[in-house]
Amino acid sequence: MQVVEENYDVVVVGAGHAGCEAALACARLGLETIVFTVSVDSIAMMPCNPNVGGTSKGHLVRELDALGGEMGKNIDRTFIQSKMLNKSKGPAVHSLRAQADKSEYSRSMRKVLESQDHLTIRQAEVAELMVEDHVCRGVKTFSGAIYHSKAVVLCTGVYLNARCLYGDTVNYTGPNGLQSATHLTDSLKKNGIEMFRFKTGTPARIDRRSIDFSKMEEQKGDTPVIPFSFSTNPEDVQIDQVSCWLTHTNEETHKIIRDNIDRSPLYSGKIHATGPRYCPSIEDKVVKFADKKSHQVFIEPEGRYTQEMYIDGMSSSMPEDVQFAMYRTVPGLEHARIVRNAYAIEYDCINPIQLKATLGFKKIKGLYSGGQFNGSSGYEEAAAQGLIAGINAAMEILGKEPLVLDRSEAYIGVLIDDLVTKPTLEPYRMMTSRAEYRLLLRQDNADLRLRKYGYRVGLVDENTWKKTQEKEKQIQDEIERTEHTFVKGNEETKAFLTSFHSADVKGSCTIADLIRRPELSYECLSVLDPERPDLPVSVGEQVNIQLKYEGYIKRQMAQVAQFKKKEARKIPDDIDYTKVNSLRTEAVQKLEKYRPANIGQASRISGVSPADISVLLVYLSTVEQKNREDLL
Amino acid sequence: MMANEDTIAAISTAMAPSGIGIIRISGPSALEIADRVFINPKGKKLAEQKAYTVHYGHVVEEGECLDEVLAVVMRAPHSYTGEDTVELDCHGGVLATKKVLEAVLRNGARTAEPGEFSKRAFLNGRMDLSQAEAVMKVISAKNEYALKSSVRQLSGSVSEKIRTIRKNLLHETARIEAALDDPEHMSLEGYESQFRSVISDQRDQIDRLLKHADSGILMQEGLKTVIIGKPNAGKSSLLNLLSGEDKAIVTDIAGTTRDILEEQINIRGVTLRILDTAGIRNSDDIIEQIGVKKAVEQVQDADLILCVFDSSVPLDENDRKILNLIRGKKAIILLNKSDLDSVVSENEIRELTESPVITFSTRNKAGLDLLESTIEKMFFHGQLQFNDEVCITSIRHKQALEEADRQLGYVLKSVDDGMPEDFWSIDLMGACDALGKITGESAGEDLVNEIFSSFCMGK
Repeated sequence: MQVVEENYDVVVVGAGHAGCEAALACARLGLETIVFTVSVDSIAMMPCNPNVGGTSKGHLVRELDALGGEMGKNIDRTFIQSKMLNKSKGPAVHSLRAQADKSEYSRSMRKVLESQDHLTIRQAEVAELMVEDHVCRGVKTFSGAIYHSKAVVLCTGVYLNARCLYGDTVNYTGPNGLQSATHLTDSLKKNGIEMFRFKTGTPARIDRRSIDFSKMEEQKGDTPVIPFSFSTNPEDVQIDQVSCWLTHTNEETHKIIRDNIDRSPLYSGKIHATGPRYCPSIEDKVVKFADKKSHQVFIEPEGRYTQEMYIDGMSSSMPEDVQFAMYRTVPGLEHARIVRNAYAIEYDCINPIQLKATLGFKKIKGLYSGGQFNGSSGYEEAAAQGLIAGINAAMEILGKEPLVLDRSEAYIGVLIDDLVTKPTLEPYRMMTSRAEYRLLLRQDNADLRLRKYGYRVGLVDENTWKKTQEKEKQIQDEIERTEHTFVKGNEETKAFLTSFHSADVKGSCTIADLIRRPELSYECLSVLDPERPDLPVSVGEQVNIQLKYEGYIKRQMAQVAQFKKKEARKIPDDIDYTKVNSLRTEAVQKLEKYRPANIGQASRISGVSPADISVLLVYLSTVEQKNREDLL
Repeated sequence: MMANEDTIAAISTAMAPSGIGIIRISGPSALEIADRVFINPKGKKLAEQKAYTVHYGHVVEEGECLDEVLAVVMRAPHSYTGEDTVELDCHGGVLATKKVLEAVLRNGARTAEPGEFSKRAFLNGRMDLSQAEAVMKVISAKNEYALKSSVRQLSGSVSEKIRTIRKNLLHETARIEAALDDPEHMSLEGYESQFRSVISDQRDQIDRLLKHADSGILMQEGLKTVIIGKPNAGKSSLLNLLSGEDKAIVTDIAGTTRDILEEQINIRGVTLRILDTAGIRNSDDIIEQIGVKKAVEQVQDADLILCVFDSSVPLDENDRKILNLIRGKKAIILLNKSDLDSVVSENEIRELTESPVITFSTRNKAGLDLLESTIEKMFFHGQLQFNDEVCITSIRHKQALEEADRQLGYVLKSVDDGMPEDFWSIDLMGACDALGKITGESAGEDLVNEIFSSFCMGK
């Protein structure tokens, strides 16, 4: 039989948020890259909520942008509303969230892919992984075409053996009725890869014309808008924004759900897969929090040019008739016309502990993966992993050092470390509480933290890198200056401070001392600081934060220093834990299963005690001494 | 090789009052830390002294003299661990040694993990490869023991209290974190006063635990003392006599003490943790047999055994079994019921054992003085010893409570300073982590679980 046979450097399977980032990263690094999708029309599709960002996810987008990813730029081009969440809280938990115009987002990302050199887009279902001697050599499509490659990045999202359910209705498709991928799972299993089955869900979309907004509370965007990308000119994002709307469920809604709970596939036992706890279906909320009489519902536009509205807070897998009944109990939705039903979706993904922190498979060389395929959830989590998987596939081919971010450097580091060292029992979502050093990992300083890595791998250009270094210097110089600029306590000073309910200065103090007062800020103190140089707002922001929260930041930096020591202590790939006699059996089993790359990772595996770590350190030291003696 | 930047300390001898209690401090700041508590009459600073020199002085903290000591200075790499090391030889007995260690810990050292001195010695190249296996064994064995004693020492009610405090703190952390993660669904408005009162309450509870830490209520310290003897020989009466409480069930029906009762008492400055065991005899009663098995197990790792014999009935097979059981162990034999007609003499028993024998009566307290002075003598002559791990564990617990207390102090300060809520939860997590060290729970996943189980999250 004659088949198509082609050669590429990198094959990317899937063109969702992970696949796009992976493919762009590889192509931008000059590698011939092909990206497969079951439908070219669904590139960078947003099949669930119409948002990018949100708490901790906004951090991921900023970090991805600093490293040279596309998501931040793409949402800046296509958003229709933007908000900074948690503005009343500390800077560490400020999070950007934008409403996306879904089809514009997808179209714009497709344009980026289509304009990218070295990148080929191909519509086909990848059916088989070609692996020889634990090395991945390429893929075979369902039609039999063979694509040889040096690396493969799997970003299959929720498409593997997907099925969508509501009530008794089961469709064997991916989201939005798109074709599912039904062959690849078998090929993965044949190659010894352990698979999980997860589920997630989405609410109904309702026709805007059938909604009575007078019964809801309008939710407007922020002005001015702050862009996601460090490269976006803030002037370009000051657009006319659209509104979202807030309404609530009530006792009647909950009664309908309770009366029909046995018809939900979640409760009737039709769904066995594990769902995420953080985005529960409305039936889950009603059952698990029975004492709550009402839940919030946000009505969000799916785009500027569509009548479809997303019913945020009411995802469901109830039968069609129950969906109609329950949505119509919500104030403003009494006459709702459903455009698309709510549904739950089940899919295959991997147990991510099979991956290294590079997102490469431990047991198969040249095979990488990112996104929901790795057991995560969310567009931003997917994009972040796709970028790292793509970068590291490229680094391997180019013979360069891989990019591994640790927990003290980035939310991306926390995300990947959690995936590869902790048991994933549900689709993993990023949360600010998962980042133990979050005071250092702010969305405002992602460029200062990560541009250097983007530059090192080659995704950040020389000019951008120079600008970041310059910013860093301006911040340090300005902090230095405020520490040595004195304000005298006189009538003028007193009047100014009184207007901010701040105590008077006795004698004199520095500008920095005043910035540290909770009621004052770098910005407002310009009045008392005539010598202040003309600096970008973003520099002033850093000066303000670094001085104001200095004590807390220093404490976290001290913890990071301890943490880094353990991360730096590597464990050889070929270690045989059964030969470490004094390790407890449980520790041996866990260490064999996870095969941590360093002592830090090992210490985070549950079931491995500090004493086991001590034993391991002694053992590693003996191995090294023996190796040294063998050399002599 | 991993550079150790922190300095560790522990009691490096078994805790015996007669001998010298040695506190070993090892690490880059060892001399500096020792100088913070060590006062030499001539004002010598240990940091300025040569290696392998011994200095006389006192350990003083906040004006209080804790003990008279000899300080031995060793410098890297010529010490057991290969690091700068100071050894403080304490003379004032168990309590003083413990206090000196606590002072050292408060001044910058941290408690050594089980086997950590050996680990450092090995990692710093002070041992050769052939000793590696032994070092690893020491680490895991000591850890095993520490774990066991940690659980055993923490009395049920105290452990429950600490768990509850931790749970309450975790709940408040989860509330804040849930609101930070989902600000549109959860508001923290008006939460501050409630938060402040919950945190202050938990802190008060910790303070109360800390206040009692030294009086032994917190941790069950003391010589593990087991009372054994045939049914109805008077074991429970002895316990009641020593503790002055009617705790064990005392009846004339043989075999009424089914389970093991425990009592902590102080005899002339020596703390005993007394366990009353079911009478040892061949019983048909299943429940009692279980009790007997437990008693035999308890004897194995007891520091002191009090054997009670009934002198009003002739010695039998069971008595001989008991004498066999205590052979080679630290034991005192009480010939009870001297108020009744005696059929067993002191000499008859002495022929069968090397342990001291005392004629005794739980009814008219005959022999009680002699028993107390015998215990005192044995202890202060070093025949009775604590296991040092037990003592260290109790210090670790106390440190963890102090750490939690400190972290809660930070939390309340953040609230006072008007810092936003996300700052509160950072130190709250620190407090949960500290308490988790005692209860063996770790915060990370616990917090995520608490967020999801207590708060309705997500869209």
